[in-house]
Amino acid sequence: MTTQNDWISVCSDDDLVLNSGVCALVNDKEVAIFKMKTGSEDKVFAVSNWDPFGKANVLYRGLVGSVDGAEVIIAPLYKQRYNLTTGQCLDDESVKLTVYPVRVEQDKVLLQSAG
Amino acid sequence: MSSSVNIGSAQKMRIVVVGNGMVGHHFVDQLIQENAADNDTQLEVVVLSAEPRLAYDRVHLSEYFSGKTADELALTTPEYYQEHNIQFELSAKVVNINKLAKSVTTESGDVFEYDKLVLSTGSYPFVPPIPGNDQPHCLVYRTIEDLEDISASAAVSKVGVVVGGGLLGLEAANALKEAGLQTHVVEFAPQLMAVQVDGGGGRLLRSKIEALGVQVHTQKATQSIEAGDTCRYKMCFADGEVLETDMILFSAGIRPSDALAREFDLEIGERGGIVIDDQCLTSDKDIYAIGECALWNNFIYGLVAPGYTMARAAASHIVGGDLTFQGADMSTKLKLMGVEVGSIGDAHARTEGALCYTYENQPEEVYKKIVVDAEGKKLLGSVLIGDTSDYDTLLQYALNDIELPEKPESLILPAGAGDAPGLGADALPDTATICSCHNVSKGDIIEAVDQGACDVGSVKGCTKAATGCGGCAALLKSVVDSELEKRGVEVKKDICEHFAYSRQELFHLVKVGSIKSFDELVEKHGQGLGCEICKPAVGSIMASVWNDFILKPDHVSLQDTNDTYLGNMQKDGTYSIIPRIPGGEITPEKLIVIGEVGRDYKLYTKITGGQRIDLFGAKVEQLPEIWEKLINAGFETGHAYAKSLRTVKSCVGSTWCRYGVQDSVGQAIDLENRYKGLRAPHKIKFAVSGCTRECAEAQSKDIGVIATENGWNLYVCGNGGMKPRHADLFATDLDDETLVKYIDRVLMFYVRTADRLQRTSVWMENLEGGLEYLKQVVIEDSLGLGEELEAQMQNVVDTYQCEWKTAIENEQSRKRFRRFVNSDKSDLNIVFVEERDQIRPATEEEKKKLQAQSIEDADQLATEVV
Ligand SMILES: Cc1cc2nc3c(=O)[nH]c(=O)nc-3n(C[C@H](O)[C@H](O)[C@H](O)COP(=O)(O)OP(=O)(O)OC[C@H]3O[C@@H](n4cnc5c(N)ncnc54)[C@H](O)[C@@H]3O)c2cc1C
Repeated sequence: MTTQNDWISVCSDDDLVLNSGVCALVNDKEVAIFKMKTGSEDKVFAVSNWDPFGKANVLYRGLVGSVDGAEVIIAPLYKQRYNLTTGQCLDDESVKLTVYPVRVEQDKVLLQSAG
Repeated sequence: MSSSVNIGSAQKMRIVVVGNGMVGHHFVDQLIQENAADNDTQLEVVVLSAEPRLAYDRVHLSEYFSGKTADELALTTPEYYQEHNIQFELSAKVVNINKLAKSVTTESGDVFEYDKLVLSTGSYPFVPPIPGNDQPHCLVYRTIEDLEDISASAAVSKVGVVVGGGLLGLEAANALKEAGLQTHVVEFAPQLMAVQVDGGGGRLLRSKIEALGVQVHTQKATQSIEAGDTCRYKMCFADGEVLETDMILFSAGIRPSDALAREFDLEIGERGGIVIDDQCLTSDKDIYAIGECALWNNFIYGLVAPGYTMARAAASHIVGGDLTFQGADMSTKLKLMGVEVGSIGDAHARTEGALCYTYENQPEEVYKKIVVDAEGKKLLGSVLIGDTSDYDTLLQYALNDIELPEKPESLILPAGAGDAPGLGADALPDTATICSCHNVSKGDIIEAVDQGACDVGSVKGCTKAATGCGGCAALLKSVVDSELEKRGVEVKKDICEHFAYSRQELFHLVKVGSIKSFDELVEKHGQGLGCEICKPAVGSIMASVWNDFILKPDHVSLQDTNDTYLGNMQKDGTYSIIPRIPGGEITPEKLIVIGEVGRDYKLYTKITGGQRIDLFGAKVEQLPEIWEKLINAGFETGHAYAKSLRTVKSCVGSTWCRYGVQDSVGQAIDLENRYKGLRAPHKIKFAVSGCTRECAEAQSKDIGVIATENGWNLYVCGNGGMKPRHADLFATDLDDETLVKYIDRVLMFYVRTADRLQRTSVWMENLEGGLEYLKQVVIEDSLGLGEELEAQMQNVVDTYQCEWKTAIENEQSRKRFRRFVNSDKSDLNIVFVEERDQIRPATEEEKKKLQAQSIEDADQLATEVV
């Protein structure tokens, strides 16, 4: 079994779609992973895939963009916006997505999952 | 006929209205509002109409010839009157007034008692006493029945003459010309429109109208109408000349319908008209007269707006209000056979000391004159021919006594020659009338804005401004914008924080700069990474301009989820699938394939409003497989997920229907196949009806096509749904080729200029110049854009690809439909239950229950195994 601090390899960098999202199943949890081109570098983000408003596993199918310079994901069903770095919902203070540490190493996408 | 006596009830004030023309109806409408506003008023209203139908829009009567029906011209309905307890009798001409008994009697002998009597009997066409004027095919132009007669006569005539070259005469001449007759206008005076236009303007007007193929004969007095040699009749003029014609339309002025007043002793003007005071009271204190039958200050107002003001004054007086009639402005702006004509105030410079400035441009056929007072401070009148763009500004100067600029001629000289100061909204006093049809002042608009109306649409909604003739739309917009700006409401067109441009401007930037990706556009003209507003908008623009495959890596990130996954996401994250069924025509074989797919994948199936079939409940990972099956059976994507052409609905048409006059299904299929795939600011729906019964409901669509005996009538910018809008009749009797040409142009112009998510209906409402402007751009090609718009559409048509076909053939895009990048499992949160023999998403409660049950079942199973 994996422990809290393990980095798990979930897919290859190739599986990601630039400026869009994919979904991975990590320890039976659905994780939405986004890759975005910001300036000259590519950034990768991972958040829980569950849409707390739409009550469906769909966030990876949302649009990515920015609000005041910060990267966001926009929920596909009812268009709430979430800060991808903090998970904070910008349209409802009380709602936050789980954020997963993620990095790309030698073409592998590595994710740290909370068990 | 049996006769009856109608006695009013004791408490209620009983008002009898004679005549249900435009003004009579407006009056009734005022009373309805009074009754609604105040329960104590208790007015009982009886309407007696000589015509066989309730009030209709006489001002737009000529549109009957371009396809408008009597129903469409109607200003009200029997249901509306009934709903508001307005008693009415049709074909009930009043023949007697008993002032002592306070009652009136109709032709059939029915007697109606009144407390207050209102005469709104209008006027009738004057037919000069020429021997022979009462023969068949000698007609007038006033009622729907008249128009029916004219149509019938035109159908068996080759040549037509209109007697009278005034405003109405020219409108009638246009109708004859449109009906295909060789048309003449015979005028007694030395010029056309002698009332509104001066000699110089009249000359130009004449040459323009003759250039359109209507022959004008001035200074002609007709002496007799005799049997013709080459035509049905021969008109013999005082100067010895003759004119052969098959039909004659008299439009030689109107006379007030004042017979009742004459016969039953109400005061009458020297040359007719029922004399009224500022309250619209006649010489009897219980009888009012309003509209074209009334004479105020020795003047008869032959326009509808003053009549409406009289109606409001009379209604106000009856309920104890203090509105009065104080005369009215007779300025007019109109378009006769495509010729713009404007006339303001003292067009003939009859005021003492009046001075004129005239500008004439013969090559461009423009004539403009202004009449100013002796001091050169105030504008008294104006004549505009060929170009009425200065009309609104000039009218405001005249109506509001605004001081003229130092060089008054700058108001009519072409831009560049002097600095023509357009009169900004701010220069107008609050009392300035903006909309004369509904009597809305600038003050009323300010009040609406103060009450929270924050765009032109809502101001229109609460004041009715610009909903009559629509002539004040541009002025209204500038007043609203200026008021909003004053209140610190920035009238911003920026689409979002990432681009300081409107959609229209972005479209231009993409096209002119040959920009082919979002990144490039942001880099050059924007900032940040985009959002749910700008990205799909840019995606749509790119698709309209370049028509690239929408799932190309460059574009995929722009699309909202529906476009990315080429399906409509439902509440549980599953998708619905709609294959295209052009025109709603489908073979049994194809129906079977849809049935099989639905059955095999356990999808919920439903017929849509657009004559196709929707399959619900497909999981994202199932989409490519399902589409593969559909495409193999010959289906294509239906674009139900996209802001693009959806469906072209049709009725079955002349192939089967005994009423159909054209093959509506064939036309619908052709149109659907042409425009499928066109990305637009919002979805677009079409319909084609095979005859005027309009079973396909084309007039509620963005593009509506209705078959006629001679071709197709085109309607544009209609909408059903949330905010219904009746489509506007755009052009009539088109052949297939012209139909497609006009639709190409209208749609591309819409794609180019609309705001994001703006349906054609709202686009039209906000288009400056409205329908007329769109006609100019499309039919007359006033912007010289026609060919470019067509070429752009042709490019979209030529580069069409079925997105689903491209998607399933491409490994890379197929990968997008994997549910998980690292697993073949499905989304466990998608749970269905059965209802009416089909699936539906389970509710949260049901999911919990099912989960609990499955754990129980598993436990049970475990025990059993043990
Ligand atoms: C083709 C055409 C184009 C026009 N264009 C314009 C325009 O562009 N702008 C503009 O401002 N105006 C225009 N007008 C004029 C406008 O239509 C009239 O000003 C307006 O209709 C007057 O309204 P009204 O109610 O006074 O009279 P009407 O609309 O004529 O109504 C009078 C009604 O009273 C009925 N009636 C008469 N006598 C009796 C009786 N004894 N008992 C019962 N009922 C009776 C009549 O049958 C009629 O239905 C146009 C008119 C025509 C014909």
